[in-house]
Amino acid sequence: MAERSFVKEVEKLRLSAGEEFSGEGILAITKALLQCGVGYVGGYQGAPISHLMDVLADAQDILGELGVHFEASASEATATAMLAASVHYPIRGAATFKSTVGTNVASDALANLASGGVTGGALIIVGEDYGEGSSIMQERSHAFAMKSQVWLLDPRPNLPCIVKAVEDGFELSEASNTPVMLQVRIRCCHVHGSFTAKDNKRPAMTVADALENPRRDTARIVLPPASFIHEKEKVAKRWPAAVDFIRSRKINEFFGPDMARVGIVCQGGMYNSVMRALERIGLADIYGETEVPIYVLNAVYPLIDDEFLSFCEGKDAVLVVEEGQPNYIEQAFGNMLHKAGRDTRVVGKEYLPVAGEYTGQVMLDGLTAFLRETAPQMLPVQIRAPNKQDDGNEVSNLAAIVPGRPPGFCTGCPERPIFAATKLVEQELGQHHIASDIGCHLFSIMPPFELGATTMGYGLGPASASAFNSPDAKRRSMSFVGDGGFWHNGLTSSIGNAVFNKNDGVIVIVDNYYSAATGGQDILSSRASNKTKSTKHPITEAVKGMGVKWVRHLERTYDVGKMRDTLREALTTEESGPKVIVASSECMLNRQRREKPLVANAIKGGERVVKPKFGVDEDICTGDHACMRLSGCPSLSVKSLDDPLRDDPVAHIDQTCVGCGNCGEVADAAVLCPSFYRADVVHNPGKWDQFLEKMRRKLIGFMQRRRESRRLTFADA
Amino acid sequence: MTVLAPKTPKLAADGGIIKLAALAVGGQGGGVLTDWITDVAERNGYLAQSTSVAGVAQRTGATIYYVEMCRDTGRRPIFALSPAQGDVDILIAAELMEAGRAVMRGFVTPDRTTLIASSHRIAAVSEKIEPGDGRASSEKVRAAAEQASKRLVAFDMEKVAVDAGSVISSSLFGALAGSGALPFPRETYEETIRASGRGVKASLAAFAGAYERTRRLVEEGIQPDAAPAQSVKISSHGVTGPDRLIMGWQALRARVDAYPEAVRDMAGRGLQKVVDYQDLAYGAEYLDRVDQALKLDDVGREYALSIAAAKHVANAMCYDDMIRVADLKTRSTRDRRVRKEVGVKDGNILQVTEYFHPRIEEFCGTMPAALGSYIESRPKLAGWLDRRINHGRRVRTDSFAGFAALWFIGGLRRWRRKLLRHKVEAEHLERWYKQALDRVASDYALAVEIINCRRLIKGYSDTHVRAQSKFDRVLSGLPLLEGRPDAADWLRRLREAALKDEKGTMLDGALKTIATL
Repeated sequence: MAERSFVKEVEKLRLSAGEEFSGEGILAITKALLQCGVGYVGGYQGAPISHLMDVLADAQDILGELGVHFEASASEATATAMLAASVHYPIRGAATFKSTVGTNVASDALANLASGGVTGGALIIVGEDYGEGSSIMQERSHAFAMKSQVWLLDPRPNLPCIVKAVEDGFELSEASNTPVMLQVRIRCCHVHGSFTAKDNKRPAMTVADALENPRRDTARIVLPPASFIHEKEKVAKRWPAAVDFIRSRKINEFFGPDMARVGIVCQGGMYNSVMRALERIGLADIYGETEVPIYVLNAVYPLIDDEFLSFCEGKDAVLVVEEGQPNYIEQAFGNMLHKAGRDTRVVGKEYLPVAGEYTGQVMLDGLTAFLRETAPQMLPVQIRAPNKQDDGNEVSNLAAIVPGRPPGFCTGCPERPIFAATKLVEQELGQHHIASDIGCHLFSIMPPFELGATTMGYGLGPASASAFNSPDAKRRSMSFVGDGGFWHNGLTSSIGNAVFNKNDGVIVIVDNYYSAATGGQDILSSRASNKTKSTKHPITEAVKGMGVKWVRHLERTYDVGKMRDTLREALTTEESGPKVIVASSECMLNRQRREKPLVANAIKGGERVVKPKFGVDEDICTGDHACMRLSGCPSLSVKSLDDPLRDDPVAHIDQTCVGCGNCGEVADAAVLCPSFYRADVVHNPGKWDQFLEKMRRKLIGFMQRRRESRRLTFADA
Repeated sequence: MTVLAPKTPKLAADGGIIKLAALAVGGQGGGVLTDWITDVAERNGYLAQSTSVAGVAQRTGATIYYVEMCRDTGRRPIFALSPAQGDVDILIAAELMEAGRAVMRGFVTPDRTTLIASSHRIAAVSEKIEPGDGRASSEKVRAAAEQASKRLVAFDMEKVAVDAGSVISSSLFGALAGSGALPFPRETYEETIRASGRGVKASLAAFAGAYERTRRLVEEGIQPDAAPAQSVKISSHGVTGPDRLIMGWQALRARVDAYPEAVRDMAGRGLQKVVDYQDLAYGAEYLDRVDQALKLDDVGREYALSIAAAKHVANAMCYDDMIRVADLKTRSTRDRRVRKEVGVKDGNILQVTEYFHPRIEEFCGTMPAALGSYIESRPKLAGWLDRRINHGRRVRTDSFAGFAALWFIGGLRRWRRKLLRHKVEAEHLERWYKQALDRVASDYALAVEIINCRRLIKGYSDTHVRAQSKFDRVLSGLPLLEGRPDAADWLRRLREAALKDEKGTMLDGALKTIATL
């Protein structure tokens, strides 16, 4: 079950023609798929498209009614391979994932799919995780479209436009027998807006129909000689068909006056930022009226030569607004102008940054610089005064004060004690080479843990340590992989590889019962019952099945001492071959979401419930913060005491503590201090509880009074 | 150069897009707040669009939400998807440093931005892990926020929310409404909260609290947080105990009252701490030590030496041993404090588990000095004992057996002076104190700084050992510094370096620097 429930949103998928759909961009895409008569959908979760997967997972009923098959694919490669269903059959299919990481994984299937081509519309929705808040390497999906020759749509970022892009995408795919990628940027996925809905369509041919009537066509299979024919087909048939479709259906848009000396070409996704910059300069209004002609590429690949060339007619210079690098579009346009012998100047990265997100300020600066040089007569005088920078002092001072706040482990996260234990074992045995993986556990590279040297891809943590396997070294490598990464790719690429190559390293599999970083989706080893998925497949069994001999399983990661001892054993044992530790405890975010209402109900219903919380005795804490250097928990923080005798702030645990136990365990395992206590509150205590409590309090109260009557007691002590 | 012709405006003027950005720490409920703002705008006949960057940014990191809204004229405006520098009307910061971050990023400008910030702090990991006080300066950020914004509404909105049993999104929403930065009436905000359907009562209470506080602030220009933090004045009231002890206490208090005004407060606190730790005689011993400093002190230097001595001698005398821990954990005041902190309601039962991990060192420290030293000097015996003692122990202090065990250890207090730990601590104290006082005549400021180095000693077990080593390393710089006019300043720098990181890497660097002086 995912982190967020979409039961409410799912109802929006039922809206019929004429009704207004209001919600997130990614949900609009989901609705658009159903309106297009999609026959099957697959994908792999990850920001920013997780919600698409989550909504569909919660919408099994609707999908069932329409005969749509939905799958939470094992990986992006699986999702893309699934589109093979559209090769021979006229069924529309969609796959979705995070890009470029997902596209990297998918590219094997993508290349094969693109070679043979498709009969039914095949749409790949890539959630572009680029710029602020991104968690991945900064690359472009554009390159994948170019190298496999699949078409890439990049619509203007509003709901009606992205819904239309889904419709166009399927038709374009069918018209050109080519898969189509639809790129949506992270903010567009999360944009809140509305569009007018259409009725959902039952697919003309369902996957069931296809299963009953199998077809095959050798010419569509990637094997010589067909594969050579495919390449020729791509340029001779499919490309011209795509260009025709894009031109005739006016996928790309023109705004502003026909005649002007300068113009702007932008990716569809950049349109709103361009307009805002022009509005701030005084050359456009908020409704999109502009004095500068704009050519909006809702299809960024392939480009339409004659559209562009006619846009350039009569213009001295054209600015290409193309986020990311390399600047493929700008290069292509330059080439077109050169071949056509035109003297319109195409510019782009001269005025806009070569790399990085095109934020509001960047766009404003870039467009201003472009217009100042190429069309100064268009600019209002008052805008031209350079910005005053007299607040520079304040701001530069702040940069030294305001602390960075990178993402980290949540309150009560079960992965925290694993890394606390790793830090402790390193204190004993010295520093080791540690390879990290993708997932929440990658936060170990940040303070306070600062563990981990590289991350090479999802499920590739242990694989990325595979070179460090030397009989000459006394130390072993350590590597981490999450349960998500393990099932995505890790089982074969990391574990299988380590067994086969007799790697002697230590592999820690962090099992938190979900694909947690992407929003808590179920995976094979999830402990929850899921009515449409098969769960509860233990990781330890899979690892043993792969041939690992040394396997340890910890069912409670919060046992820091045991975790440390197990790591020590793994690092020092005589046994050869990979040492695999599976460390399991439920993701606290999901656990709280699951348990909180249950606990509240149980308390209301009069059941006996014990609720734990941790605390710090502030007069025992000496304020050295050793505990925080082994934790970083948001609920464990510093607090100033109202006491001039004390210089340093002491530890304090706030109300958000979920009582996971890490504080106490760490204090014990690292022999820190006795300041921590666990306070268990027993709600609705039974008769025996009450009797015991009464007796205890009587006795304890007596002893306390006795001692306190013989000494001085200070009211404010 | 081209002459710029004035432009004739023919486009619709800025149709009045209101731009609002919210900066929060992941997990603070920024998404809920954004939904509410969008809803209240739509309720008032505005078109609104919100965006956010979810994903890993949600996991306790800094996050940003953005809303644009515009009166519905029948045409769809083009909204931007992210805030731009110098182009934000309202900036909501759910934590003070996030307000600082907003200023840094240029989202707060004096010509237009209303900055609504909760003044409470959520310390970042980097601030928490320093062995000293690594927290960023709130005052400086606040001052910058005030300067950078057109209007600043800042108070502890987290507290307003928690007091009402709600979360900060409600009080931020209330402050937004109260600020009047959006042209929407209060009722429509409340309708939005009601329509959201969860925890409505508490949300409305937090909303109202923040709303009214903001109104007062806007109307009267009062900064609710402006009052400086006042420390509780120490008094001789509130002391209870047998008459004989009370009389003894008053006699000691009288000695403090005879001290110069400047020293009185610190010495009074120190005295209370020491007496509370041990007994009246110990208090007298403490005052004797403070007297030593006073005798050498100088009114011209505002008694800096005596004040430092009053503070650090008290801390040194109240070293953290097992007896103290056990004593503090078995007091009735502690029981009450835990109940309050945890919020135990009537009818519920509290169970308290303590985490102990004694080692042979603590065990020997609690032995009579001779016996303790005997064991410590025999590594084999000590090792054998350590294997039996050195385990984590969970003690339930709500149970009789657990409580009684600690109560017994706490009761060893009366023999404390005869125990090994006391002997070690007393010798250390004397050495350090003498080292300081001996230098008063030659370098007063250096003497004060030597006393202040006591701040370095803290923690238990290994942490304590590390702290001791840092203390020794800092003072090892003394021979190099003595005689220099800036010796005190250097010693202070060494101490501050020692508080920067766990292992003392910065300190080692600083020591290398002074070696080259």
